Amino acid sequence: MAKETGIISWKELNLGVAITTPGNAAELRTGDWRSQRPETDQETCNKCSMCYIFCPDMVYSKNDEGFYVQNYYHCKGCGICAKECPVDAITMVQEEH
Amino acid sequence: MSKRVGMEVSIAVGEAVGLCNVDVVAAYPITPQTHIVEHLSEMVADGHLDAEFIPVESEHSAMSCCIGSTAAGARTYTSTSAQGYALMSEICYIASGLRLPIVMNVVNRALSAPISIWNDHSDMMMSRDTGWIQTIAENGQEAVDLTIHAYKVAEDPRVLLPFQVNMDGFILSHMIEPIYMPERSEVDAYLPPYKPVIRLDPQKPVTFGPVGMPDVYTEAKMAQDVAFKNSKAVVIEAWKEFGDKFGRYYKPVETYKAEDAETIIVTMGSLSETAMSAVDHLRDGGMKVGLARIRLWRPFPTEEFFDAIKGAKNLVVLDRAMNFAGDSGPVCMEIKSILFDRGHSANVFNFMAGLGGRDVTVQNFEEMVQKAATSKAPAAYEIINVRE
Repeated sequence: MAKETGIISWKELNLGVAITTPGNAAELRTGDWRSQRPETDQETCNKCSMCYIFCPDMVYSKNDEGFYVQNYYHCKGCGICAKECPVDAITMVQEEH
Repeated sequence: MSKRVGMEVSIAVGEAVGLCNVDVVAAYPITPQTHIVEHLSEMVADGHLDAEFIPVESEHSAMSCCIGSTAAGARTYTSTSAQGYALMSEICYIASGLRLPIVMNVVNRALSAPISIWNDHSDMMMSRDTGWIQTIAENGQEAVDLTIHAYKVAEDPRVLLPFQVNMDGFILSHMIEPIYMPERSEVDAYLPPYKPVIRLDPQKPVTFGPVGMPDVYTEAKMAQDVAFKNSKAVVIEAWKEFGDKFGRYYKPVETYKAEDAETIIVTMGSLSETAMSAVDHLRDGGMKVGLARIRLWRPFPTEEFFDAIKGAKNLVVLDRAMNFAGDSGPVCMEIKSILFDRGHSANVFNFMAGLGGRDVTVQNFEEMVQKAATSKAPAAYEIINVRE
Protein backbone atom coordinates (compact mmCIF):
# COMPACT_ATOMS: atom_id res chain seq x y z
CA MET A 1 0.00 0.00 0.00
CA ALA A 2 1.32 3.38 -0.92
CA LYS A 3 2.24 5.81 1.81
CA GLU A 4 -0.52 8.15 0.67
CA THR A 5 -3.22 5.59 1.53
CA GLY A 6 -1.67 4.63 4.84
CA ILE A 7 -2.52 7.85 6.58
CA ILE A 8 -5.83 8.87 5.06
CA SER A 9 -9.47 8.59 6.10
CA TRP A 10 -11.66 5.70 4.92
CA LYS A 11 -13.59 8.27 2.91
CA GLU A 12 -10.57 9.04 0.76
CA LEU A 13 -9.70 5.47 -0.19
CA ASN A 14 -10.11 4.54 -3.84
CA LEU A 15 -12.92 2.16 -4.74
CA GLY A 16 -11.87 -1.34 -3.67
CA VAL A 17 -8.62 0.15 -2.33
CA ALA A 18 -7.27 0.23 -5.89
CA ILE A 19 -4.01 2.06 -6.51
CA THR A 20 -4.47 4.46 -9.40
CA THR A 21 -1.00 6.05 -9.40
CA PRO A 22 1.33 3.35 -10.74
CA GLY A 23 4.96 2.97 -9.71
CA ASN A 24 4.53 4.33 -6.21
CA ALA A 25 5.78 1.33 -4.23
CA ALA A 26 8.95 3.31 -3.44
CA GLU A 27 6.81 5.70 -1.36
CA LEU A 28 6.02 2.95 1.13
CA ARG A 29 8.16 3.34 4.23
CA THR A 30 9.37 -0.16 5.04
CA GLY A 31 12.17 1.18 7.23
CA ASP A 32 9.90 1.26 10.28
CA TRP A 33 9.63 -2.55 10.24
CA ARG A 34 13.28 -2.70 11.27
CA SER A 35 14.52 -3.77 14.71
CA GLN A 36 18.22 -3.73 13.78
CA ARG A 37 20.07 -1.28 11.53
CA PRO A 38 23.07 -2.22 9.35
CA GLU A 39 26.05 0.12 9.81
CA THR A 40 29.15 -0.01 7.63
CA ASP A 41 32.64 0.58 9.00
CA GLN A 42 34.31 2.40 6.11
CA GLU A 43 37.80 1.67 7.53
CA THR A 44 37.17 -2.07 6.95
CA CYS A 45 34.99 -1.86 3.80
CA ASN A 46 36.77 -2.72 0.52
CA LYS A 47 33.92 -1.44 -1.72
CA CYS A 48 33.32 -4.93 -3.15
CA SER A 49 29.55 -4.22 -3.63
CA MET A 50 28.35 -7.56 -2.21
CA CYS A 51 25.93 -5.68 0.10
CA TYR A 52 24.52 -3.85 -2.91
CA ILE A 53 24.14 -7.13 -4.86
CA PHE A 54 22.54 -9.15 -2.08
CA CYS A 55 20.16 -6.54 -0.62
CA PRO A 56 16.61 -7.71 -1.48
CA ASP A 57 15.22 -4.19 -1.14
CA MET A 58 17.73 -2.18 -3.19
CA VAL A 59 18.63 -0.17 -0.12
CA TYR A 60 22.28 0.35 -1.09
CA SER A 61 23.59 2.94 -3.51
CA LYS A 62 27.12 4.01 -4.37
CA ASN A 63 28.26 7.40 -3.13
CA ASP A 64 30.85 9.75 -4.65
CA GLU A 65 33.71 8.06 -2.74
CA GLY A 66 32.71 4.61 -4.01
CA PHE A 67 31.23 3.35 -0.71
CA TYR A 68 27.84 1.64 -0.64
CA VAL A 69 25.45 3.49 1.67
CA GLN A 70 22.08 2.46 3.11
CA ASN A 71 18.72 4.16 2.54
CA TYR A 72 17.05 3.63 5.91
CA TYR A 73 13.64 4.67 4.55
CA HIS A 74 13.43 1.23 2.91
CA CYS A 75 15.88 -0.97 4.88
CA LYS A 76 13.87 -3.64 6.78
CA GLY A 77 16.90 -4.73 8.78
CA CYS A 78 17.00 -8.27 7.40
CA GLY A 79 20.75 -8.52 7.97
CA ILE A 80 21.59 -10.24 4.69
CA CYS A 81 24.20 -7.55 3.88
CA ALA A 82 25.95 -8.09 7.23
CA LYS A 83 25.92 -11.85 6.71
CA GLU A 84 27.30 -11.66 3.17
CA CYS A 85 29.93 -8.97 3.70
CA PRO A 86 33.25 -10.83 3.09
CA VAL A 87 35.27 -8.50 5.32
CA ASP A 88 32.73 -8.17 8.18
CA ALA A 89 32.47 -4.41 7.70
CA ILE A 90 28.71 -4.33 8.40
CA THR A 91 27.37 -4.56 11.96
CA MET A 92 23.68 -4.90 12.90
CA VAL A 93 22.93 -2.27 15.57
CA GLN A 94 19.82 -2.48 17.78
CA GLU A 95 17.27 0.25 17.00
CA GLU A 96 16.24 2.28 20.05
CA HIS A 97 12.58 3.03 19.10
CA MET B 1 -44.71 -7.12 -24.11
CA SER B 2 -43.66 -9.99 -21.88
CA LYS B 3 -44.74 -13.41 -23.06
CA ARG B 4 -45.95 -15.97 -20.52
CA VAL B 5 -44.21 -19.26 -21.12
CA GLY B 6 -44.06 -22.63 -19.41
CA MET B 7 -40.39 -23.14 -18.70
CA GLU B 8 -38.04 -24.94 -16.33
CA VAL B 9 -36.91 -22.32 -13.82
CA SER B 10 -33.17 -22.99 -14.44
CA ILE B 11 -33.66 -22.45 -18.18
CA ALA B 12 -35.65 -19.29 -17.48
CA VAL B 13 -32.82 -17.97 -15.28
CA GLY B 14 -30.34 -18.76 -18.08
CA GLU B 15 -32.58 -16.82 -20.48
CA ALA B 16 -32.72 -13.91 -18.02
CA VAL B 17 -28.91 -13.82 -17.84
CA GLY B 18 -28.88 -13.75 -21.65
CA LEU B 19 -31.36 -10.87 -21.64
CA CYS B 20 -28.92 -8.99 -19.39
CA ASN B 21 -26.39 -9.14 -22.24
CA VAL B 22 -23.54 -10.55 -20.19
CA ASP B 23 -20.05 -10.45 -21.73
CA VAL B 24 -18.51 -13.35 -19.81
CA VAL B 25 -19.89 -16.51 -18.24
CA ALA B 26 -17.34 -18.53 -16.25
CA ALA B 27 -18.82 -21.56 -14.55
CA TYR B 28 -18.27 -25.15 -13.54
CA PRO B 29 -21.25 -27.51 -13.57
CA ILE B 30 -22.60 -28.82 -10.27
CA THR B 31 -25.98 -30.24 -9.37
CA PRO B 32 -28.52 -28.60 -9.04
CA GLN B 33 -27.10 -25.52 -10.79
CA THR B 34 -26.19 -27.43 -13.97
CA HIS B 35 -29.11 -26.54 -16.23
CA ILE B 36 -28.50 -22.81 -15.90
CA VAL B 37 -24.93 -22.90 -17.17
CA GLU B 38 -25.65 -25.67 -19.69
CA HIS B 39 -28.29 -23.42 -21.20
CA LEU B 40 -25.94 -20.44 -21.25
CA SER B 41 -23.27 -22.58 -22.89
CA GLU B 42 -25.77 -23.56 -25.60
CA MET B 43 -26.85 -19.97 -26.12
CA VAL B 44 -23.22 -18.92 -26.66
CA ALA B 45 -22.42 -21.94 -28.89
CA ASP B 46 -25.54 -21.37 -31.00
CA GLY B 47 -24.78 -17.68 -31.46
CA HIS B 48 -27.81 -16.46 -29.51
CA LEU B 49 -25.64 -14.77 -26.90
CA ASP B 50 -22.55 -12.75 -27.81
CA ALA B 51 -20.44 -13.67 -24.78
CA GLU B 52 -17.33 -15.58 -23.80
CA PHE B 53 -18.21 -18.86 -22.10
CA ILE B 54 -15.20 -20.01 -20.07
CA PRO B 55 -15.51 -23.70 -19.10
CA VAL B 56 -13.19 -23.48 -16.11
CA GLU B 57 -11.64 -26.39 -14.20
CA SER B 58 -13.16 -25.47 -10.83
CA GLU B 59 -15.39 -22.99 -9.05
CA HIS B 60 -12.29 -21.38 -7.57
CA SER B 61 -11.25 -20.57 -11.14
CA ALA B 62 -14.79 -19.57 -12.10
CA MET B 63 -14.84 -16.78 -9.54
CA SER B 64 -11.25 -15.83 -10.38
CA CYS B 65 -12.24 -15.45 -14.06
CA CYS B 66 -15.24 -13.38 -13.04
CA ILE B 67 -13.01 -11.09 -11.01
CA GLY B 68 -10.52 -10.61 -13.85
CA SER B 69 -13.14 -9.98 -16.48
CA THR B 70 -15.21 -7.65 -14.31
CA ALA B 71 -12.06 -5.71 -13.42
CA ALA B 72 -11.48 -5.34 -17.17
CA GLY B 73 -14.96 -3.85 -17.55
CA ALA B 74 -17.06 -6.88 -18.60
CA ARG B 75 -20.51 -7.79 -17.32
CA THR B 76 -19.91 -11.17 -15.77
CA TYR B 77 -21.98 -14.11 -14.56
CA THR B 78 -21.47 -17.35 -12.69
CA SER B 79 -23.57 -19.83 -10.76
CA THR B 80 -22.85 -22.64 -8.34
CA SER B 81 -24.17 -24.80 -5.47
CA ALA B 82 -22.98 -26.23 -2.13
CA GLN B 83 -19.51 -27.86 -2.48
CA GLY B 84 -18.86 -25.68 -5.53
CA TYR B 85 -19.63 -22.63 -3.45
CA ALA B 86 -17.37 -23.91 -0.68
CA LEU B 87 -14.45 -24.19 -3.11
CA MET B 88 -15.23 -20.78 -4.58
CA SER B 89 -15.69 -19.00 -1.28
CA GLU B 90 -12.08 -17.89 -0.85
CA ILE B 91 -12.40 -15.76 -3.98
CA CYS B 92 -15.87 -14.45 -3.14
CA TYR B 93 -14.44 -12.28 -0.36
CA ILE B 94 -12.00 -10.80 -2.88
CA ALA B 95 -14.81 -9.89 -5.31
CA SER B 96 -16.57 -7.85 -2.63
CA GLY B 97 -13.39 -6.31 -1.24
CA LEU B 98 -12.43 -5.16 -4.73
CA ARG B 99 -15.99 -3.85 -5.26
CA LEU B 100 -16.63 -5.84 -8.45
CA PRO B 101 -20.32 -6.12 -9.48
CA ILE B 102 -20.39 -9.83 -10.36
CA VAL B 103 -23.79 -11.53 -10.33
CA MET B 104 -24.13 -15.16 -9.25
CA ASN B 105 -27.06 -17.48 -8.76
CA VAL B 106 -26.50 -19.91 -5.93
CA VAL B 107 -28.87 -22.81 -6.43
CA ASN B 108 -29.11 -23.79 -2.80
CA ARG B 109 -28.02 -27.28 -1.82
CA ALA B 110 -26.89 -28.99 1.38
CA LEU B 111 -23.20 -29.26 2.20
CA SER B 112 -21.61 -32.70 2.62
CA ALA B 113 -21.17 -34.97 4.58
CA PRO B 114 -23.18 -37.06 4.07
CA ILE B 115 -23.21 -36.23 0.36
CA SER B 116 -26.48 -34.59 -0.49
CA ILE B 117 -27.42 -32.96 -3.76
CA TRP B 118 -30.73 -31.81 -2.30
CA ASN B 119 -31.95 -28.50 -1.06
CA ASP B 120 -31.31 -26.61 2.13
CA HIS B 121 -29.64 -23.29 2.95
CA SER B 122 -26.26 -24.39 4.29
CA ASP B 123 -24.39 -22.95 1.28
CA MET B 124 -26.29 -19.68 1.53
CA MET B 125 -25.56 -19.34 5.24
CA MET B 126 -21.91 -20.18 4.63
CA SER B 127 -21.82 -17.22 2.26
CA ARG B 128 -23.45 -14.85 4.73
CA ASP B 129 -20.38 -12.80 5.65
CA THR B 130 -18.70 -12.58 2.24
CA GLY B 131 -19.90 -9.03 1.61
CA TRP B 132 -22.21 -9.97 -1.26
CA ILE B 133 -25.68 -8.51 -1.47
CA GLN B 134 -28.11 -11.43 -1.24
CA THR B 135 -31.69 -12.01 -2.22
CA ILE B 136 -33.65 -15.27 -2.25
CA ALA B 137 -36.42 -16.23 -4.65
CA GLU B 138 -39.72 -17.83 -3.74
CA ASN B 139 -40.75 -18.98 -7.22
CA GLY B 140 -39.57 -19.10 -10.83
CA GLN B 141 -40.81 -15.65 -11.73
CA GLU B 142 -38.92 -14.20 -8.80
CA ALA B 143 -35.75 -16.08 -9.73
CA VAL B 144 -35.87 -14.46 -13.19
CA ASP B 145 -36.79 -11.01 -11.91
CA LEU B 146 -34.26 -10.99 -9.06
CA THR B 147 -31.46 -11.97 -11.47
CA ILE B 148 -32.16 -8.98 -13.73
CA HIS B 149 -32.58 -6.76 -10.66
CA ALA B 150 -29.22 -7.97 -9.32
CA TYR B 151 -27.26 -6.46 -12.24
CA LYS B 152 -29.16 -3.19 -11.90
CA VAL B 153 -28.17 -2.86 -8.24
CA ALA B 154 -24.65 -4.33 -8.38
CA GLU B 155 -23.50 -2.04 -11.19
CA ASP B 156 -25.07 1.12 -9.79
CA PRO B 157 -22.16 3.55 -9.21
CA ARG B 158 -23.50 4.11 -5.66
CA VAL B 159 -23.16 0.36 -4.97
CA LEU B 160 -20.52 -1.54 -7.02
CA LEU B 161 -20.77 -4.73 -5.00
CA PRO B 162 -21.22 -8.37 -6.05
CA PHE B 163 -24.72 -9.80 -5.86
CA GLN B 164 -25.84 -13.34 -5.01
CA VAL B 165 -29.34 -14.44 -5.97
CA ASN B 166 -30.33 -17.57 -4.07
CA MET B 167 -32.88 -20.07 -5.31
CA ASP B 168 -33.80 -23.42 -3.82
CA GLY B 169 -32.28 -26.41 -5.62
CA PHE B 170 -34.73 -28.80 -7.35
CA ILE B 171 -37.78 -27.52 -5.41
CA LEU B 172 -37.41 -24.38 -7.50
CA SER B 173 -34.61 -24.89 -10.04
CA HIS B 174 -36.09 -27.99 -11.69
CA MET B 175 -39.77 -27.01 -11.66
CA ILE B 176 -41.59 -26.08 -14.83
CA GLU B 177 -43.52 -22.93 -14.06
CA PRO B 178 -45.45 -20.30 -15.99
CA ILE B 179 -43.10 -17.33 -16.23
CA TYR B 180 -43.42 -13.92 -17.86
CA MET B 181 -40.18 -13.61 -19.84
CA PRO B 182 -39.37 -9.95 -20.52
CA GLU B 183 -38.41 -8.74 -24.00
CA ARG B 184 -34.81 -7.77 -24.64
CA SER B 185 -35.87 -4.16 -25.35
CA GLU B 186 -37.59 -3.99 -21.95
CA VAL B 187 -34.49 -5.28 -20.15
CA ASP B 188 -32.28 -2.89 -22.16
CA ALA B 189 -34.47 0.01 -21.02
CA TYR B 190 -34.14 -1.10 -17.38
CA LEU B 191 -30.48 -2.09 -17.36
CA PRO B 192 -27.99 0.36 -18.90
CA PRO B 193 -24.56 -0.93 -20.06
CA TYR B 194 -22.02 -1.43 -17.28
CA LYS B 195 -19.70 1.55 -16.85
CA PRO B 196 -16.81 0.65 -14.53
CA VAL B 197 -15.44 3.43 -12.33
CA ILE B 198 -11.92 1.98 -12.19
CA ARG B 199 -10.88 -0.75 -14.60
CA LEU B 200 -7.83 -2.59 -15.87
CA ASP B 201 -6.51 -0.51 -18.76
CA PRO B 202 -2.95 -0.66 -20.16
CA GLN B 203 -3.22 3.03 -21.11
CA LYS B 204 -4.03 3.99 -17.53
CA PRO B 205 -2.50 1.38 -15.24
CA VAL B 206 -4.08 0.60 -11.87
CA THR B 207 -3.38 -1.96 -9.16
CA PHE B 208 -6.29 -4.09 -7.98
CA GLY B 209 -5.88 -6.05 -4.78
CA PRO B 210 -2.71 -4.61 -3.22
CA VAL B 211 -1.57 -5.52 0.28
CA GLY B 212 -3.46 -3.63 2.97
CA MET B 213 -1.18 -3.08 5.94
CA PRO B 214 -2.60 -2.74 9.47
CA ASP B 215 -2.68 1.03 8.95
CA VAL B 216 -5.27 0.77 6.16
CA TYR B 217 -7.19 -2.52 6.49
CA THR B 218 -9.66 -1.14 9.05
CA GLU B 219 -10.35 1.89 6.86
CA ALA B 220 -10.87 -0.43 3.86
CA LYS B 221 -13.45 -2.50 5.79
CA MET B 222 -15.17 0.67 7.01
CA ALA B 223 -15.52 1.94 3.42
CA GLN B 224 -16.86 -1.47 2.33
CA ASP B 225 -19.31 -1.60 5.23
CA VAL B 226 -20.69 1.88 4.53
CA ALA B 227 -21.14 1.01 0.84
CA PHE B 228 -22.84 -2.25 1.83
CA LYS B 229 -25.25 -0.58 4.25
CA ASN B 230 -26.05 2.13 1.70
CA SER B 231 -26.87 -0.50 -0.94
CA LYS B 232 -30.20 -1.30 0.74
CA ALA B 233 -31.75 1.94 -0.50
CA VAL B 234 -30.61 1.17 -4.05
CA VAL B 235 -31.98 -2.40 -3.82
CA ILE B 236 -35.38 -0.96 -2.92
CA GLU B 237 -35.18 1.84 -5.51
CA ALA B 238 -34.30 -0.69 -8.25
CA TRP B 239 -37.29 -2.85 -7.23
CA LYS B 240 -39.54 0.20 -7.53
CA GLU B 241 -38.24 0.91 -11.04
CA PHE B 242 -38.59 -2.79 -11.88
CA GLY B 243 -42.23 -2.69 -10.79
CA ASP B 244 -42.92 0.44 -12.80
CA LYS B 245 -41.41 -1.13 -15.93
CA PHE B 246 -42.48 -4.77 -15.61
CA GLY B 247 -45.54 -4.57 -13.37
CA ARG B 248 -44.18 -6.83 -10.62
CA TYR B 249 -43.28 -5.05 -7.37
CA TYR B 250 -40.92 -6.52 -4.77
CA LYS B 251 -40.10 -5.62 -1.17
CA PRO B 252 -37.32 -6.67 1.22
CA VAL B 253 -39.85 -8.47 3.45
CA GLU B 254 -43.12 -9.86 2.14
CA THR B 255 -46.04 -10.51 4.45
CA TYR B 256 -49.14 -12.66 4.17
CA LYS B 257 -52.05 -12.09 6.53
CA ALA B 258 -49.59 -10.76 9.11
CA GLU B 259 -51.38 -7.52 10.08
CA ASP B 260 -53.51 -8.94 12.91
CA ALA B 261 -51.59 -12.19 13.41
CA GLU B 262 -50.71 -13.39 16.91
CA THR B 263 -48.34 -16.01 15.53
CA ILE B 264 -46.12 -15.22 12.55
CA ILE B 265 -44.13 -17.80 10.61
CA VAL B 266 -40.79 -16.50 9.31
CA THR B 267 -39.42 -18.19 6.19
CA MET B 268 -37.09 -17.65 3.26
CA GLY B 269 -37.35 -19.07 -0.24
CA SER B 270 -39.67 -21.58 -1.82
CA LEU B 271 -41.08 -23.09 1.41
CA SER B 272 -42.98 -19.86 1.89
CA GLU B 273 -45.75 -20.99 -0.47
CA THR B 274 -46.28 -24.10 1.65
CA ALA B 275 -46.35 -21.89 4.73
CA MET B 276 -49.03 -19.71 3.11
CA SER B 277 -51.24 -22.77 2.65
CA ALA B 278 -50.74 -23.56 6.35
CA VAL B 279 -51.68 -19.98 7.25
CA ASP B 280 -54.91 -20.25 5.24
CA HIS B 281 -55.79 -23.59 6.82
CA LEU B 282 -55.10 -22.43 10.38
CA ARG B 283 -57.08 -19.24 9.81
CA ASP B 284 -60.01 -21.38 8.67
CA GLY B 285 -59.75 -23.00 12.09
CA GLY B 286 -59.87 -19.59 13.81
CA MET B 287 -56.18 -19.09 14.62
CA LYS B 288 -54.66 -15.67 13.93
CA VAL B 289 -51.62 -16.72 11.93
CA GLY B 290 -49.53 -14.87 9.37
CA LEU B 291 -46.30 -15.12 7.42
CA ALA B 292 -43.24 -12.89 7.02
CA ARG B 293 -40.93 -13.90 4.20
CA ILE B 294 -37.44 -12.46 4.02
CA ARG B 295 -36.48 -11.72 0.41
CA LEU B 296 -33.44 -9.50 1.06
CA TRP B 297 -31.02 -11.42 3.26
CA ARG B 298 -28.00 -9.08 3.05
CA PRO B 299 -27.99 -6.21 3.82
CA PHE B 300 -30.57 -7.39 6.35
CA PRO B 301 -33.75 -5.24 6.21
CA THR B 302 -33.94 -4.69 9.97
CA GLU B 303 -36.59 -1.94 10.03
CA GLU B 304 -38.80 -3.57 7.41
CA PHE B 305 -38.62 -6.90 9.20
CA PHE B 306 -39.43 -5.43 12.62
CA ASP B 307 -42.38 -3.52 11.17
CA ALA B 308 -43.69 -6.76 9.68
CA ILE B 309 -43.60 -8.79 12.91
CA LYS B 310 -43.84 -6.26 15.75
CA GLY B 311 -47.53 -7.04 16.45
CA ALA B 312 -46.94 -10.77 16.95
CA LYS B 313 -46.85 -12.58 20.30
CA ASN B 314 -45.27 -15.72 18.88
CA LEU B 315 -42.72 -16.16 16.13
CA VAL B 316 -42.07 -19.45 14.37
CA VAL B 317 -38.68 -19.04 12.72
CA LEU B 318 -37.52 -21.60 10.19
CA ASP B 319 -33.84 -22.29 9.72
CA ARG B 320 -32.58 -24.54 6.95
CA ALA B 321 -28.92 -24.67 7.96
CA MET B 322 -27.26 -25.90 11.13
CA ASN B 323 -25.51 -23.68 13.62
CA PHE B 324 -24.31 -26.57 15.75
CA ALA B 325 -24.87 -25.85 19.43
CA GLY B 326 -25.25 -22.14 18.82
CA ASP B 327 -28.07 -20.27 20.52
CA SER B 328 -30.22 -20.65 17.41
CA GLY B 329 -29.99 -21.07 13.65
CA PRO B 330 -28.52 -18.28 11.55
CA VAL B 331 -31.87 -16.72 10.60
CA CYS B 332 -33.27 -16.89 14.11
CA MET B 333 -30.10 -15.46 15.63
CA GLU B 334 -30.53 -12.40 13.41
CA ILE B 335 -34.14 -12.05 14.48
CA LYS B 336 -33.50 -12.49 18.20
CA SER B 337 -30.92 -9.69 18.03
CA ILE B 338 -33.41 -7.36 16.38
CA LEU B 339 -36.08 -8.17 18.98
CA PHE B 340 -33.63 -7.72 21.87
CA ASP B 341 -32.41 -4.35 20.55
CA ARG B 342 -35.99 -3.11 20.44
CA GLY B 343 -37.11 -4.59 23.75
CA HIS B 344 -39.63 -6.88 22.05
CA SER B 345 -40.48 -9.96 24.08
CA ALA B 346 -42.01 -12.26 21.47
CA ASN B 347 -42.07 -15.97 22.22
CA VAL B 348 -39.57 -17.16 19.60
CA PHE B 349 -39.59 -20.77 18.42
CA ASN B 350 -36.71 -21.81 16.19
CA PHE B 351 -37.19 -24.91 14.06
CA MET B 352 -34.56 -26.56 11.90
CA ALA B 353 -36.47 -27.98 8.98
CA GLY B 354 -36.01 -29.09 5.41
CA LEU B 355 -32.40 -30.16 5.84
CA GLY B 356 -30.79 -31.92 2.87
CA GLY B 357 -34.02 -32.08 0.86
CA ARG B 358 -36.37 -33.29 3.62
CA ASP B 359 -39.91 -32.20 2.73
CA VAL B 360 -41.59 -29.63 4.93
CA THR B 361 -45.33 -30.08 4.63
CA VAL B 362 -48.34 -27.90 5.38
CA GLN B 363 -48.98 -30.20 8.34
CA ASN B 364 -45.42 -29.60 9.63
CA PHE B 365 -46.06 -25.86 9.62
CA GLU B 366 -49.37 -26.35 11.41
CA GLU B 367 -47.67 -28.40 14.12
CA MET B 368 -44.99 -25.74 14.57
CA VAL B 369 -47.62 -23.00 14.91
CA GLN B 370 -49.72 -25.04 17.36
CA LYS B 371 -46.66 -25.63 19.51
CA ALA B 372 -45.71 -21.94 19.49
CA ALA B 373 -49.24 -20.82 20.35
CA THR B 374 -49.62 -23.16 23.30
CA SER B 375 -46.23 -23.37 25.02
CA LYS B 376 -43.33 -21.28 26.15
CA ALA B 377 -40.39 -21.24 23.75
CA PRO B 378 -37.39 -23.32 24.76
CA ALA B 379 -34.05 -21.53 24.83
CA ALA B 380 -32.64 -23.73 22.09
CA TYR B 381 -33.59 -24.60 18.53
CA GLU B 382 -35.46 -27.79 17.72
CA ILE B 383 -34.79 -30.09 14.77
CA ILE B 384 -38.12 -31.33 13.47
CA ASN B 385 -39.01 -34.50 11.59
CA VAL B 386 -36.31 -36.60 13.25
CA ARG B 387 -36.90 -40.34 13.63
CA GLU B 388 -36.08 -41.63 17.11
